[in-house]
Amino acid sequence: MPTYTLDTLCQGEAGTVSALMASGAERRRLMDIGLTPGTTVKSLFRSCSGDPTAYLIQGAVIALRREDAHTVLVRTTI
Amino acid sequence: MHMVFRHSTDKGDKKMLVALAGNPNVGKSTLFNRLTGMRQHTGNWPGKTVGIAYGHCTYKDKHYVIADVPGSYSLIALSAEEEVARDFICFAGADAVLVVCDATCLRRNLNLVLQIMEITGNVIVCVNLMDEAKRKGVWLDLPELSRRIGAPVAGLSAGKGEGIDGLLEALYNLRPRPPLELDYGMHVEYALAPLIEELESRDLPFSARWLALRLAEKDASTVKSIEENLNISPDTDPALARAMEKTECRLRERGISQTRLSDLMAARLVEKAIELCHGAVSPDDEAFSNRDRKIDAILTHKVLGYPVMIVLLALTLWITISGANYPSALLGEGLFWLGDRLQSFFSGLGVPPMIVESLFDGVWRTLAWVVAVMLPPMAIFFPLFTLLEDLGYLPRVAFNLDGFFKKCSACGKQALTMCMGFGCNAAGVTGCRIINSPRERLIAILTNNFVPCNGRFPTLIALISMFFAGSAFSLAPAFMLTGVMLLGVLMTLLTSKLLSATILRGVPSSFTLELPPYRKPRVAQVVMRSILDRTLFVLGRAVTVAAPAGLIIWGLGNITYEGVSLLSILSEALDPFGRFFGMDGVIMLAFILGLPANEIVIPIILMCYMSGSTLMDYTSLEELGVLLIENGWTATTALCVMLFSLMHWPCSTTMITIKKETGSLGYTLLAALLPTVFGLFFCFLVARLF
Repeated sequence: MPTYTLDTLCQGEAGTVSALMASGAERRRLMDIGLTPGTTVKSLFRSCSGDPTAYLIQGAVIALRREDAHTVLVRTTI
Repeated sequence: MHMVFRHSTDKGDKKMLVALAGNPNVGKSTLFNRLTGMRQHTGNWPGKTVGIAYGHCTYKDKHYVIADVPGSYSLIALSAEEEVARDFICFAGADAVLVVCDATCLRRNLNLVLQIMEITGNVIVCVNLMDEAKRKGVWLDLPELSRRIGAPVAGLSAGKGEGIDGLLEALYNLRPRPPLELDYGMHVEYALAPLIEELESRDLPFSARWLALRLAEKDASTVKSIEENLNISPDTDPALARAMEKTECRLRERGISQTRLSDLMAARLVEKAIELCHGAVSPDDEAFSNRDRKIDAILTHKVLGYPVMIVLLALTLWITISGANYPSALLGEGLFWLGDRLQSFFSGLGVPPMIVESLFDGVWRTLAWVVAVMLPPMAIFFPLFTLLEDLGYLPRVAFNLDGFFKKCSACGKQALTMCMGFGCNAAGVTGCRIINSPRERLIAILTNNFVPCNGRFPTLIALISMFFAGSAFSLAPAFMLTGVMLLGVLMTLLTSKLLSATILRGVPSSFTLELPPYRKPRVAQVVMRSILDRTLFVLGRAVTVAAPAGLIIWGLGNITYEGVSLLSILSEALDPFGRFFGMDGVIMLAFILGLPANEIVIPIILMCYMSGSTLMDYTSLEELGVLLIENGWTATTALCVMLFSLMHWPCSTTMITIKKETGSLGYTLLAALLPTVFGLFFCFLVARLF
């Protein structure tokens, strides 16, 4: 499966987290909100202004800015 | 924001300290209120509890002190409020920790449960929102979970009060257990061994394994907290430093970098949570949230999102203004009538006129105005705002406005603290603890005063009704007030941009915002709570300030120097300054005297104009408007006063809070200077242009 960054997912598309490129506390925070390798994440909807985007992560809806989503690598079949 | 706890060695008293921990927005405060009978404010948005609230609870023969800890995803704290939560959970020495979880997404909540269980075994897992889970078709096998986790698990619907007895029984029967020992794999365990051994050789009231894990993980904030609370640091302890060196060496040999170690730990927690849930909790299913997605599709719609936001704001204000009009007049008339009766009664008793006049013309009248002008709008606005809060709309506002805040290099959560500012700026400033980056938090603190708090609403509403749109139920005043509030938001953004381009330069930091499920607001409860707790609290504060202020104004108006009252001398001295900015000396004096509470600005202005002159009864806002016009007010004056009310120094409570939160007198002064300079600039412009 090809790998993309999370921010490239279109609304309604899902992917599987393959790696995180952030480091330090930011990296740990992404993992703590549920973005650990192997988990499924789905892009739900965007804010009025186009950024941030809300993602479904392990049952919770969490908004990430484009810059932060860009540090998450996902595998997807699209 | 590190906290240091002193452990009490006195085990004589039977009170047990119980901490309520959990992810944000899982109903900790609701459970806290259920257990303690207290009324901690609850709301459907993450970051609502910023400090730690304490309450008491008795079950059978045991007494508990319950601590409501701010919500956090992890013990690796990123923001000031999460540090408060982590320090409390780790170092406050609680006898038991109730970890509150959301039944609709239990697996993700177990991450924190496991982290806490690594510190202490005395944990009860409270699976809250069972009713919501049931409605959404989520099934949970709690007995099986309890067996797997190795800790009591209690199912709850705290909002309805279901399961509280079961929880209390579990707490009553809680037996001390050793902390959880998660296996991080052969390589990590081998590396940790020297550190654990060294720490075990000391007589610590603490899990040596947990300390070793944290020291090896090297999260700066946690390490600092360990040093402050337990006085343990490799920097000052050669034996520990040697053990640390050994651990680091073993990690290096196995090619485990600092990042890799942290990843291994985080991944192990997730893996364990999956293991625990497998077969005992229904797998993540998104189908149940279809209703929420439909609402979100409208509220965050590309085209509709902003108009919906503005219409909701305008609607709230319209209901407030048109609903407050009549009760305000009624309250005013009633209180003035009562004051007159009381005054003649006391005069009849032979009380010296000086005392009667100072009490009734001074204190009573100011109080009557404050109550009449403030109480109705607050009693309508607070419940409406709380309903929106309970519904879960505020995080969507933050979500929609984040784009703007990002352009100003600020944090999207600033929209949340800004919304809190609509209630009370001091609360908004404290709320800024939810913002991770210190730079962005400072921006949010310095700009919070640009949104009008509830103390300033009535001033704005009164002036709009008097000068711009008198008739009740017309839409114009609501739209005008909406305009003023939007100007406040615009100024917040502009000032944030200005700050991040000058003294608080930097790039936006990473940002995560949970959008909680929409919850049906408990209308009756919300109305009762917001009137009883918030409205009466704010009113009480205003009254406490207004009473002495009334006395001072009366004194200033009646004490004369060479035939002229002190009030006239002061207001005349300020007059040229006031006039330059489209106002007058009395108005400037009122804003200065209104420093303790913005609520009393309008009453002071009225008192000043009336002082020494005939007594006047409160009949209607329109008639008060006539009084203002007699004293030289025009629509331009009113506009300037509104602008200055929106943008001037914060009230004293807010300033003290800013000093406390920033620890800097300089930033406190800047927070006062920024809005004042902008306010005067706008007033000057308006006064010259119109």
